[in-house]
Amino acid sequence: MLTKFHPLSWISFLCQHIGAMILAMCVMVGKLSAFVFDTMRHAVTPPWYPQKILAQFVSIGFFSLAVVGMTALFSGMVIALQSYTGFSRFNAEGAVANVVVLTITRELAPVLAGLMLAARVGASIAAEIGTMRVTEQIDALRTLNVNPMKYLVVPRVLAGFIMLPILVFIADIIGVMGGWLVGVYVLDFSSASYINQTLDFVTWADVNSGLIKAAVFGLIVTIMGCYNGYHSGRGAQGVGRATTNAVVSSAILILIFNYILTQVLFS
Amino acid sequence: MTDYKIQMKNVHKSFGSKHILRGIDLNVEKGTSMVIIGGSGTGKSVSLKCILGLIQPDSGSIKIDGEETTEYNEQERDALMRKFGMLFQGGALFDSLPVWQNVAFGLIHAENMSHKDAHDVAVEKLKAVGLGSKVADLFPAELSGGMQKRVSLARAIATNPEIIFFDEPTTGLDPIMADVINDLIVQCVRDLGATALTITHDMASVRKIADHVSMIYDGQIIWSDTIKHLDRSGSAFVDQFIHGRADGPITKHVSMTD
Repeated sequence: MLTKFHPLSWISFLCQHIGAMILAMCVMVGKLSAFVFDTMRHAVTPPWYPQKILAQFVSIGFFSLAVVGMTALFSGMVIALQSYTGFSRFNAEGAVANVVVLTITRELAPVLAGLMLAARVGASIAAEIGTMRVTEQIDALRTLNVNPMKYLVVPRVLAGFIMLPILVFIADIIGVMGGWLVGVYVLDFSSASYINQTLDFVTWADVNSGLIKAAVFGLIVTIMGCYNGYHSGRGAQGVGRATTNAVVSSAILILIFNYILTQVLFS
Repeated sequence: MTDYKIQMKNVHKSFGSKHILRGIDLNVEKGTSMVIIGGSGTGKSVSLKCILGLIQPDSGSIKIDGEETTEYNEQERDALMRKFGMLFQGGALFDSLPVWQNVAFGLIHAENMSHKDAHDVAVEKLKAVGLGSKVADLFPAELSGGMQKRVSLARAIATNPEIIFFDEPTTGLDPIMADVINDLIVQCVRDLGATALTITHDMASVRKIADHVSMIYDGQIIWSDTIKHLDRSGSAFVDQFIHGRADGPITKHVSMTD
């Protein structure tokens, strides 16, 4: 059927869709807030499942070590290289060690570790819990008198909250080491002076700000993974969408909160 | 007065614009086996999940042992859940746990039984559904569909529930295995003295396990009586359904609404 083109119909079409999107976003924010509140409530009330919590510490923390370590190592290395070539333009090559330690601890270690965790852990949480939702395993938990929030969500969120700062602390060290490797073996700095300069320059405030960011990012990744999995749609498509949403939304939230936290922590 | 274990009165539930339950009335007597029949999408599963509290109905009353449950808070709901056991359609076994931990799950996590005792109970319950102790250490993915159903049944009865729900227990099984499961259901329910509520569209299963039959259609119970009246129901809807005819009031209604 051929309908006559009318500019007003386009405007109304556009308004309808923008309105629907804003409404859907409000609903989502409300549901997410309720989910976060519920998670917190269940985290502080018994029963707890220590075995489950421990297992998540290992799977989220320990098994992310390699990927986070690699990310930090090469980030530290590339910063040393980039800052050297950049700073040599105005004869400030001596600042390489300072730049590396500052960027790694304050910014790159927490953000990159957060993003890697979103890809590695957020996706797998969403897929696992989503599949459990689709195959009625979450309903089965309820009928067996075990609260799925306590059994599935709390251990994961707790592990993200505690393990990501630890991972980032390790990443700080590995990242600085990456810078040192390039500084000493490629740029011909003296090893002792590079290390001294790093340790003299860095403050606990720099490191702590990164760790605080990491704790928040750990929460974001695990909560978005759990939330999307928990509210997964039907079938393989539903789980696929839940996984994508978990990764994309936590990546974006990490970048947004990174800015907000930087503003708050260094103002 | 008859002793009702489950009473649903005028229960309504909508999902978005879809009005699934349009006033369900259902009474299940204590210690009997009620089977709800009906086509796909008529509200069978939703009714079951409303009783279990997995879905909150929009309105109406659901009483268990004469007590209103729709307004229960979390603690009361948890206490009520202890009375329930459920066999899910797809089994819903936890694939990360070995079979015995699946069966013993409620005992370990909700009733704080020690692993050793729970293991013994699990093996005993597996035996009750015809599975040997060798199966106990396998993972659900290593079992056939029929065996998974048996494990799921063992899990449903592990905590000796007062009410057991069966969601399409024979779907996806060959006729012989379906009959085995039916026998097990009858036997388990009788041994526990439990009240059973089953939803199915498998008529062989209905004739085997039902004391009472209710037919759900378009979100309402349109017929309810004892199994021996099923063939003389006097309802054209029931007749069409139990004989599986393509022509009749159900299909006529569907084609009219489309």
